[in-house]
Amino acid sequence: MKALDTQLDLWEVFIQSKSGQPYIHSGSIHASDVKMAMQNARDTYTRRGEGTSIWVVASKNINASNPDDNDMLFDPSNDKIYRHPTFYVMPEGAKNI
Amino acid sequence: MHNEHSDSHFQLRIDKGEHIEAKDYMPEGYREHLIRQISQHAHSEVIGMQPEGNWITRAPSLRSKQILLAKIQDEGGHGLYLYCAAETLGISRTEMIEHLHTRKAKYSNIFNYPSLNWADIGAIGWLVDGAAIVNQVSLQRTSYGPYSRAMVRICKEESFHQRQGYEIMAKMMGGTKDQKAMAQDAMNRWWWPALMMFDPHDSESPHTSDAVKWRIKRETNDELRQKFIDKTIPQAELIGLTVPDKDIVLDKKTGHYKIGPINWEEFYRVIKGHGPCNKQRLDHHIFYHHTGAWVREAAEAYKAKKAKREIAAV
Repeated sequence: MKALDTQLDLWEVFIQSKSGQPYIHSGSIHASDVKMAMQNARDTYTRRGEGTSIWVVASKNINASNPDDNDMLFDPSNDKIYRHPTFYVMPEGAKNI
Repeated sequence: MHNEHSDSHFQLRIDKGEHIEAKDYMPEGYREHLIRQISQHAHSEVIGMQPEGNWITRAPSLRSKQILLAKIQDEGGHGLYLYCAAETLGISRTEMIEHLHTRKAKYSNIFNYPSLNWADIGAIGWLVDGAAIVNQVSLQRTSYGPYSRAMVRICKEESFHQRQGYEIMAKMMGGTKDQKAMAQDAMNRWWWPALMMFDPHDSESPHTSDAVKWRIKRETNDELRQKFIDKTIPQAELIGLTVPDKDIVLDKKTGHYKIGPINWEEFYRVIKGHGPCNKQRLDHHIFYHHTGAWVREAAEAYKAKKAKREIAAV
């Protein structure tokens, strides 16, 4: 039997290191509401100027792809080489393209 | 077609140097090994706050008090990173704490030794954190993604811990005769337990072979211990500390120090619960876990009340 979980809800923490940068997953924390989640994320993951902005998302709201679908989802599409700029032939002498 | 849910395909991925993520197939033994290792690591960070917390109120200056507080806060944070990494494997925080309280899960043996005076704070930072760093640097390359990422974060923060400890030792070794004696006494008491932090010799260690095969551990206990010995002995000599081992010789050919035999009887005695502080450490954790239960209950009650209000407002 699984013990009753008394450790509050699980949240995922995403941090932007500086403005203009993408938000990157840092880890998770426990909290009962969004205010506590934000405070705990700040205390746990940004004690040394790691970020300028935080997202917290309840872990139950994260939908992850299934590893079993990887072949289908992440096929490199090597047969579609026209998706890459090097596929195209530029006229001799063309510049800045 | 290969079967992605087979142990052989899993091993193939490991051998290629791929990282395993939470939802990927993994053998039950891999999952169990990780839960045991990561939760033990997390418990160690949290229990390790106790011997240091013992000296916050008696730190000799405001500077050292601030540093010690920051260090202990880091240790708490490291525990949280690791609990979260373990949770991705399907064990709850509540279960992990229950396993700690019922002694099903262990924490590092080193924290069953007392911190008797201020020099011990220096020795803990320098030797105990120093040994932990050697292990953690190696674990940055562990095969389980969430554990590896937690280790990268921890390593970034740990080097301040070791340096602050060494600074304390260096300062005391530049002080009065009594201060020098205190530093040497701390060295004498912490050296051997620090070497035992790497666990028994490879030949005696029951979990090493699977852990190496699965690349949970990237280096063996003895390899890591040797790294620690080689970098620590010159640091001790530099500030005039004597390593409490008459058998130490530097092998000029290999560049490695050879040490005398480790007293594993003591290690097993302490791990079985007969160390100086086992009972105190666990009792303290259990007491504050239960004393703090009302905080968690209040937070849940507040959440439920707010949810009710939101429904009423719709």
